[in-house]
Amino acid sequence: MNIHWQSFSDFLAMGGYGLYVWGSFGVTALILALEPMLAVRRRNQLIARLKRQLRAETKSAGERRTPPTPNHPQ
Amino acid sequence: MNNRLINWFKYASPQSFYPLAGKLIPWFAAAAVVFGAAGLWLGLAVAPTDFQQGEGYRIIFVHVPASWMSMFIYLVMAFWAGLGLAYNTRLSGMMAQALAPTGALMAFLSLWTGALWGKPMWGTWWVWDARLTSELILLFLYIGFIALQASIDDPRRADKAGAVLALVGVVNIPIIYFSVKWWNTLHQGSSVSLTKSPSMAALMLWGMLLMALAFWMYSIAVALYRVRGIMLERERGSEWVKGVLQAEGTK
Repeated sequence: MNIHWQSFSDFLAMGGYGLYVWGSFGVTALILALEPMLAVRRRNQLIARLKRQLRAETKSAGERRTPPTPNHPQ
Repeated sequence: MNNRLINWFKYASPQSFYPLAGKLIPWFAAAAVVFGAAGLWLGLAVAPTDFQQGEGYRIIFVHVPASWMSMFIYLVMAFWAGLGLAYNTRLSGMMAQALAPTGALMAFLSLWTGALWGKPMWGTWWVWDARLTSELILLFLYIGFIALQASIDDPRRADKAGAVLALVGVVNIPIIYFSVKWWNTLHQGSSVSLTKSPSMAALMLWGMLLMALAFWMYSIAVALYRVRGIMLERERGSEWVKGVLQAEGTK
């Protein structure tokens, strides 16, 4: 299990294939980092929105003293 | 209903699947990081030079896992879609919807890394050969599925329409897989085969398998994370979602 490379610049050059190898690994790393980040942001926005809706619903229900209409009948 | 039946179907309802998925996600994410680190170490630091392709072959460590996942996620998505169509279960459509974006990204990565591999080895970024074209069709199937579901407001109708598209598109998967055998293509045959011993050095093979495992774990973690959001969205107004939202506020 020896390290294959003589030096760091050797590693970066990838035997002349640096552009192609790092272009592949770089974009893959970018996407596999971005997708979870976007998923987390989306979820936080969703939870904030649902909570706002819930608050509005319970508030108006309390004022009118009528039961809230079910949003999605199963 | 007896107890066995209740247990069997327990996790088929979003209400009980939601906390289970929440508990599983950190484990899958951690496994993805561990397998990914080990696979990158083997693939980029330790594995020897390929005698034909020099160091350029190292693209295999992302290209093959992404391609495998793009096909496999589609099969799982179509399986859930079909289940939803047949039994009208709530969870199925949500699972299919959660898998599609990750599958689309995997198909894109497969094409992207394939182009970067094709340029130095074949002298071209792209050819209209059977393997490449059918993988491009796979990307379009994912995008079509996502667009179709997004264009229909009623979730149940969206699930049904998406399921039909997903099931029709399944014919494309064996075409991708066997294209290198059925047609005379520029794309090389598989380096790993179940029937004969792999035509790769052991270190390369292990690096690739570890990377494939990392991609698996990653995909499961992201899909579970996404399906939890879809559950909250679709079941908003139900008591269990209200409970979840209240618990989120106290954290």
